[in-house]
Amino acid sequence: MKTRRRMNVATYVALFPAFIVVVFAYLGTMLWTVQISFTESKLLPTFAFSGLRQYERLFATSRWSISLENMVIFGIGLIAVCLVLGFLLAAALDQKIRFENTFRTIFLYPYAMSFIVTGLAWQWILNPTLGLQQYVRNLGWTDFQFDWIIRNDRAIYVVIIAGVWQASGLVMALMLSGLRGIDQELWKAAKIDGIPTWRVYFNIIIPMLRPTIITSVVLLSLAVVRVYDLVLALTGGGPGISTDVPAKFILDYLFGRANIGLATAASSILLVIVLVIITPWLYYEYFRPKRERR
Amino acid sequence: MTKALFGAAAMVALMAGPALAQEPLKLEVFHWWTSGGEAAAVQEFAKEFDAAGGQWVDTAIGGSGSTARPIGINRIIGGDPPGAMQFNTGTQIDELAAQGLLRNLDDVAAKEGWKEALPPAFYEAIVRDGHVMAAPVNNHGQNWLWYNKALLEKNGIAEPTTWDEFFAAADKLKAAGVIPVAVGGQPWQLNLMFNSILLGEGGKDLYMKVYKDLDPAAVTSPEFKKVAETFGKLRDYSDPGNANRDWNVATGMVISGKAGFQFMGDWAKGEFVLANQVAGKDFGCILGPGEKNFVMGGDVFIFPKLKDEQGTKAQDLLATVFMSKDAQVKFNAKKGSVPVRLDVDNSQLDACAKIGVEVLQDPAKQIPATDILASQDVVQSLQDVVGEYWATPTMTADEFVGKWNDTVAQAK
Repeated sequence: MKTRRRMNVATYVALFPAFIVVVFAYLGTMLWTVQISFTESKLLPTFAFSGLRQYERLFATSRWSISLENMVIFGIGLIAVCLVLGFLLAAALDQKIRFENTFRTIFLYPYAMSFIVTGLAWQWILNPTLGLQQYVRNLGWTDFQFDWIIRNDRAIYVVIIAGVWQASGLVMALMLSGLRGIDQELWKAAKIDGIPTWRVYFNIIIPMLRPTIITSVVLLSLAVVRVYDLVLALTGGGPGISTDVPAKFILDYLFGRANIGLATAASSILLVIVLVIITPWLYYEYFRPKRERR
Repeated sequence: MTKALFGAAAMVALMAGPALAQEPLKLEVFHWWTSGGEAAAVQEFAKEFDAAGGQWVDTAIGGSGSTARPIGINRIIGGDPPGAMQFNTGTQIDELAAQGLLRNLDDVAAKEGWKEALPPAFYEAIVRDGHVMAAPVNNHGQNWLWYNKALLEKNGIAEPTTWDEFFAAADKLKAAGVIPVAVGGQPWQLNLMFNSILLGEGGKDLYMKVYKDLDPAAVTSPEFKKVAETFGKLRDYSDPGNANRDWNVATGMVISGKAGFQFMGDWAKGEFVLANQVAGKDFGCILGPGEKNFVMGGDVFIFPKLKDEQGTKAQDLLATVFMSKDAQVKFNAKKGSVPVRLDVDNSQLDACAKIGVEVLQDPAKQIPATDILASQDVVQSLQDVVGEYWATPTMTADEFVGKWNDTVAQAK
């Protein structure tokens, strides 16, 4: 009993610095940001309160609604395609193929690159006068058209393509380790029962991979909320403002446009979105099973 | 700080003859000029400052002003200001001046006759509440139209002076299989192009009403609509690869003869020069087409209040050097801009800069850049509108006008 209490004290002492960091660095700056968003701050933060004016302007600005919309499209696209592709790659690698290590490295390699490099590379690949389209045309298919990057109704899907190219390797690695953690006896039993392989995957393996899938979704959604450099390098938010994302909107207004008030209002909205959508879901996923087990 | 002083003292001791009783006036200069040509240009200022008895301590932040400015502003607010810091000419310095963080340079400016030497709009741009708050260093023309001379000659095209002639020339180039206009489809570049048309076709008065007075009636006028339509028409004369293209890549297309024209500021000249092309011989430059005006933008240095007297003295010296005729010519010849003083010897400048200086002699043609006329918030939010219009061929000129006025009303 005595030992246990001492352990507890030691734990709290060890956690104390982290606690201080959370309170001051996270909560403190969050509150400060929200507070500034109700002011008329331009280049320098001031505390002359102006009510909801910044929020009124924010939601009257089409660039902001476009960025939010883009975040949703990008998020759904990136997460869905990455999960499917990552799972297929992992399942393929799990078939005890030769050169597995080589393939694993190749698939995971894009993830080691920064978004800036990914964006620039794909900008060249997709540029209709330099890249893929011109290449195929030079091969003889002169009508070939793939110019999504310059079409303002399609450009956001180009961002998804580049994002998937980079992130699906990570999902593959996570899924692969998940698959490796599954007891081989299960496969043997299924084989004896004569269950087709695809049914084993759908009805047994995928449900068992649930924690892995959740981890992947959490990691990907974090990438979605803070996506900035990929868009900057790939499209610069263009054509026009059609591929803008919230992070770019915030940084543009914070620094280039010297409007701290509007930028903090946008950050506060982003914070609310994260709190409203992601937190309940995380809570549900992580805490509910624990209670059931009791 | 003490260490630095000891260092300076030690240096003086080393160099010392009895004549060198006074130590050099050390000053940290904060700027973002890091590209090849820019670094060479800023070196000219450093040399002049050191020769005049100062000691230039260089703090260069790579990237653009939007990277460097917040760093410098944080240092000023945090109480560790650099001795001098670069800003773009215009409204960027408003708040720092209003908060009393900057020194005024009234004495230096009066002694050196800045008011008489500067274009009036530039003098106004450095004055806040009757005090001179910054030292301007250069004048970048923003509304140039560059063209490939050989390409135009080959196709029998004379330098266009009106917009009709321009589109006739562009049609000829298109027929010859050349991209008529090299466009970089980034909002700031598109905005520069739009402003060129506004000044050339719409004229100076419309430009001033739109940007200085932020007058909604001017924006809904038929003249402004015509400008918007002309701008929209240019979409058909650019190539599909223009999306997010960097300005220097677009300039490269003109240099290599892939494209005929480019709307860009005079920093494009650096690219031509780097490719061993000569102004007036290999490439040409036009202010216009249409009404001939010179859009003046540029850089200024501000001097934050310092605690030590030596630093303040060094600031006075640096401000004097920045505006001296000699340093102005040497610096601007390398920077590609024109001297901010109108009374210097221009014989060293190239053919295009000479055209610029000539136009600048007429005060009516000295047009302040949008950064000087309106806040960054207004100017850059309007960039979004122009960029959106360019990328959306289905958007009508009327919709564009409506969006413009809404944006101004919100950002004002």
